[in-house]
Amino acid sequence: MTALAWLIPAALALAGLGLVAFLWALRSGQFEDLQGAAYRALEDEPPDDEAK
Amino acid sequence: MTAHPAALTKQAAETTPATLTLAVEDMHCGGCLRSVERAAMRVSGVDTARASLAAKRLTVTFDPAKTDEVALIGALDRIGFTAAPIEAANQDCGDARQKYLLRRVAVAGFAAMNIMLISIAVWSGEGGDMDPALASLFRWLSALIALPTVVYAGEPFFVSALAALKGRRLNMDVPISLAILLATGMSLYQTMLNNDQVYFDAAVTLLFFLLVGRYLDESLRVRARGEAQNLLSLQGGIATVIGADGLQRKVAANALRPGDRLLVAVGERVAADGVVLGGKGQVDQSLITGETAPAPVQTGTQIYAGTLNLTHSLEIEVNAADDATLLAEISRLMLAAEQGKARYRRLADRAAQIYAPAVHGLGLATFIGWLAFGASWQTALTYAIAVLIITCPCALALAVPAVQIAAASRLFKRGIMVKAPDGLERIAEIDMVVFDKTGTLTLGKAQLLDIEKVSEAVLASAAVLAGASQHPYSRALVVAAERRLGSLPPASGIEETPGEGLALGEERLGSAAWCGVGSDGVETGEVWYRRGNEAPVCFRFADAMRPDAPETIAVLKRRGFAVALLSGDRTGVVERTAREAGIDTWLAELKPADKIAWLEAQAAEGRKVLMAGDGLNDAPALAAAHASISPASAADLSQRAADFVFQGAKLMPVAEAIDVGRRAHRMAFQNFGVAAVYNAICVPLAMAGFVTPLIAAIVMSSSSILVTLNAARLAGGGRA
Repeated sequence: MTALAWLIPAALALAGLGLVAFLWALRSGQFEDLQGAAYRALEDEPPDDEAK
Repeated sequence: MTAHPAALTKQAAETTPATLTLAVEDMHCGGCLRSVERAAMRVSGVDTARASLAAKRLTVTFDPAKTDEVALIGALDRIGFTAAPIEAANQDCGDARQKYLLRRVAVAGFAAMNIMLISIAVWSGEGGDMDPALASLFRWLSALIALPTVVYAGEPFFVSALAALKGRRLNMDVPISLAILLATGMSLYQTMLNNDQVYFDAAVTLLFFLLVGRYLDESLRVRARGEAQNLLSLQGGIATVIGADGLQRKVAANALRPGDRLLVAVGERVAADGVVLGGKGQVDQSLITGETAPAPVQTGTQIYAGTLNLTHSLEIEVNAADDATLLAEISRLMLAAEQGKARYRRLADRAAQIYAPAVHGLGLATFIGWLAFGASWQTALTYAIAVLIITCPCALALAVPAVQIAAASRLFKRGIMVKAPDGLERIAEIDMVVFDKTGTLTLGKAQLLDIEKVSEAVLASAAVLAGASQHPYSRALVVAAERRLGSLPPASGIEETPGEGLALGEERLGSAAWCGVGSDGVETGEVWYRRGNEAPVCFRFADAMRPDAPETIAVLKRRGFAVALLSGDRTGVVERTAREAGIDTWLAELKPADKIAWLEAQAAEGRKVLMAGDGLNDAPALAAAHASISPASAADLSQRAADFVFQGAKLMPVAEAIDVGRRAHRMAFQNFGVAAVYNAICVPLAMAGFVTPLIAAIVMSSSSILVTLNAARLAGGGRA
């Protein structure tokens, strides 16, 4: 039974991590252009913001 | 030299970056994306440039002291992309709403999974060897996750329900909110009493599914709106302004002011109302008047925005901007017409008007019934909640949008954009289709008539001359000659006198006067050819019909629609077009107000009209009709007024849109049927107390999925 004491918080924390990661991705605009992102991955040159 | 601190701060204040969003046409692949971004980055003063392929937009932050939107549009213009600024005011609200919903979907999803995880443990332990203290702990855990989730993720429903109640109406969100709040409140109470009738899982799962539906609905709407906005911005267009220094600059049409001098190149549309300062030529005013024959203009002639310049460059002084333009006048007419349509109530809302009271009544009846039979108020309330959840109008709240998304995506694949969310519902009800002539039934392009009457030799020589000109009649002549004779030899030494005609040695091609033919020459639909002193030959031109127009009309008639043609053009031309297209009812020489009057007369007879039109003169009629469709080549105002916009040279999309609209309508009713069957089976069970809120939530979800799958059939079948 004591296992539950850390298993449940661990399960919640892991799922929470996923939620936070998703919200972060949403906020940082990762879902704004799903089509364009596919092409950007094939781009050889570094993105403008890294080149600067 | 060290900079003075005050100067530094001053500079910092000045360089607050400005943000600009541009709609960019023709951006289709990763390569375009990069070129557009690079071109923007090369403009000095540009800080960041980020293009979106999905939205076909470019967002740029720049230093307003160093550059402006004109320089950016110019830079994109040089690499072959047409760009136009999107007004900041109406750009972001849709996006924000979409993100607002997506955040709530994520939170509700997280909560639903975790509560389910805990709940499964509790149910499987129920009646077995589970420690009651542990079960209670689990329930409290669920409550801890569920309560903030319901408050946060339920907000869109609560806000909408409150707004409806304030307006003394009932909408779908009222029973949804009630079910969620009751289930949560009741579960919290039971948790406090340490009972096992706890249904946080049901409440949160319900919330999750409903939010997914809402999000899908919203994303479709945002996409359609964004596409339409891009089109509008681009069609509003770019104008070339001649500055006081004599230099030419590209400017967005909406930034023009009276007094600006415009240069309108051949083939360009005039961006504002104005007076011709210099030049003489012909313009195509069909977008405004419906008249296809080119109209002559010269210094001092008033011309209107939307006019197409045909023969040679014109210099125009803008004399009307914003509210003063003819465009704005038509826009006012259109707004007035649109108010009539605002009375249309969407299918789901109409259903809610009947459904919501029934649901509340059943829930209340269950509660009172069980109390009367002596059940405890907790049991009675649990059953009542189960009834509310079972009857939860998912079929209405999810099914209709699901059908609409499927229908819209099917149409989208065929080049038809659904602009008004309720357009699909309205187009399903129509029983009459009214076409405009120019640009709708026809392509809005000239075509050579009676080609058989001209000898091959004459046609060939005339076409060689015509090959040197960009005039639409010349091009039509070349196209017709090539179709009959194959490719033509090129010729050199042809001289063009703008607005008059072409000459090569003793051959002449052009206006009647140019060829020395007795000048009754008001008839502009003619081009004359003459070699030396031989008898002149006349070529006659008319607007070409869309290739599948007669077929489309025939299909529409076969399906039992009445078809009519309304045009602002001359009687003779309209009569011929009507005959060729197979339309029996036609009216010519109509003004925009006449069209509205005619439509209103039809509406008064109980007919529901689909208006298909493209010109500015059609915009008010498009707004007044029960449903409306425009080709993508239409004037921006007309596209704004239309429920649908279709692309390409074919007319069949009109029939296709009606078809899909009807199928969507049928499917919505099928979905109502599915929901009704579910309710007919489950509601009595729930009222009898055989269904716990959890089972209710599962049954409800499975009915939603069934309904969504049914809708998906519409999107799937047969790609174009």
